Amino acid sequence: MNTLRVAWFLATRQLRRANRFATLLIVVVMTLTFLNLVVIGGILVGLPAGATLSYKEQYAGDVILRTLPNELSIASTDAILRTIGNYPNVVAWSHRYVSRGVVEANYRTQVGPGQIPDRATVSITGIDPVKEESVTRMGERLLEGVMLEEGDEEGIMIGKNLLDQYSLGSALLSANTLSQVETGSRVRLTVGSFTQEFTVRGVLGAKTDQVSTRVFIHESVLRRLMQRTDRNVDEIAILLSRESDPSQFAASLKADGLEVYARVETAREAQGTFLQDIERTFEGLSLLIGAIGLMVASITVFIVIFINAVSRQRYIGILKGIGVTAWTIKLSYMMQSIVYATSGILLGVLLVYGVLEPYMREHPIDFPFADGILLVPYLDTLLRGGILLVVTVCAGYLPARIIVGRNTLDAILGRS
Amino acid sequence: MSTQHTILSVIGLSKTYRSNSVETQVLKDVSLDIFRGEFVAIMGRSGAGKSTLLYQMSLLDHPTLGEVMIDGRQTSSLRSSERTHLRLHHLGYIFQDHALLPELTAVENVMLPLLAIGKSTFEAKERALRALDRVNMEARAGHLPSQLSGGEAQRVAIARAISHEPTLVFADEPTANLDSENGKAVLEIFSSLHESGQTVIMVTHERDYGLLADRIITLADGRIITPDA
Repeated sequence: MNTLRVAWFLATRQLRRANRFATLLIVVVMTLTFLNLVVIGGILVGLPAGATLSYKEQYAGDVILRTLPNELSIASTDAILRTIGNYPNVVAWSHRYVSRGVVEANYRTQVGPGQIPDRATVSITGIDPVKEESVTRMGERLLEGVMLEEGDEEGIMIGKNLLDQYSLGSALLSANTLSQVETGSRVRLTVGSFTQEFTVRGVLGAKTDQVSTRVFIHESVLRRLMQRTDRNVDEIAILLSRESDPSQFAASLKADGLEVYARVETAREAQGTFLQDIERTFEGLSLLIGAIGLMVASITVFIVIFINAVSRQRYIGILKGIGVTAWTIKLSYMMQSIVYATSGILLGVLLVYGVLEPYMREHPIDFPFADGILLVPYLDTLLRGGILLVVTVCAGYLPARIIVGRNTLDAILGRS
Repeated sequence: MSTQHTILSVIGLSKTYRSNSVETQVLKDVSLDIFRGEFVAIMGRSGAGKSTLLYQMSLLDHPTLGEVMIDGRQTSSLRSSERTHLRLHHLGYIFQDHALLPELTAVENVMLPLLAIGKSTFEAKERALRALDRVNMEARAGHLPSQLSGGEAQRVAIARAISHEPTLVFADEPTANLDSENGKAVLEIFSSLHESGQTVIMVTHERDYGLLADRIITLADGRIITPDA
């Protein structure tokens, strides 16, 4: 106890009367290391998390029902929709018809020999604009133009990745894009043997492929083009109340027997394992970057404490000469390391939760496949902060041990 | 000689330094006794082995041969931690150049050994201020060493050495870096300590200062040539 008291007495005096610029520099290094540990990892993990969120918000809702393999559509759709409607935690749902087809632009212009017609093979989605808006807020993602209106049978909305001007990368790699198409342009859709002209109402800027590589028309028009005579749809996206558990809801639907008619999946399940694999890879990368950051931090603290201890080795000798134990002196250096690390970590926590996380929530990083958010769970941050603290204390202890271990008289007399 | 109680005995002490296979014998079979309450001056020319003898007696260094006994206790077989404990509780040391810790104020420097022996912060401060008062430095208690003159700093160093009331106070040329006025002031403090019953062992090369002591031990070439003066 007395050892702790004397060590703290020495550590606080050294810290209080140390060069302020040097102290500030060490704290800044610790803060940057902490940010490196938490933020880089948070962004890397946040990327797939952002993609998952986009998939859920822009396409799937909390739970999505899709056509079973080897089936043409979701059988008994009306009954299924009634069942869904009976759940009190269902906020909204949107049914969709989906069909493969070809969209063409500039088809009135003569195509020269060797030239490829301006067309793309796409998934055509028939929606009820009002219901779709209530689940995915599609209108908020317009890059240009307006949202389809109820009863608009001549309008079409096109995902941005189908247009040259919004998907330069895709256009270079594939010919499955349209050129010179903008709001107001006329395009032609062919589904099976039926063709109809449409006017582009808007371009959708979603991050999810299921939106950005599709075209959207009114459900009644697509039903006609598909020659679908029944009311069976291909997808039903369901939005639940905030407090609901999608897995539990999906399980309830399955228990109701809906699994016989449709694939019932949460947004996460519907996305498949690809993103989960990416998530795992990024977590590994984040750990690697974090480990490098920790090494840099520990070397920095080691150098700082070592230089401090070397420049003060005569005083360390005098302390030992007076009768202060070696362990007390080492402890005082470890306490200094703790103060440096704690200050850096606290400053880092303030920056992460007070500035970076709220800012990135409002202004996500614009990645092609997701909105990059900062994912920093408290427990994870606590763990990383703890690791940084332990590493720093060890890095502070080692040089102190080396210097304090020297012969007392040699240290006092400055003999090497 | 104030009392015949032997507080420190040096028996057959030799010290040899080795550097790059060159051996230098600095102390050669030195034996002496210091009695409680004595003021002893160790004198001799430069290189005679005065400071080396002081380092061995104050347990800052290990002799190559021989024994240092403090209050009847052998020290050669003590572990490092036991020597540190003995230094803390029974010895006070005044270095040639005050050796105050630069980031501690005068009073904090004096408090340090008191805190280390387990006194509460309040009591340590009280006793440190009393020690500073004994050397007329109470008014400068809150100053850092860098804000003190050489003489003032040396007086604070004396206060630090005596604050925990050690059995023995060692001083290694305490006036070497001081002008004559400050040197005399420091010597007066030693005389005053001696009068109050403190055992003081001082290394000095100035004859006038040595004459203030009860006894002068003169060293030459690592041997005692005049055990008494």
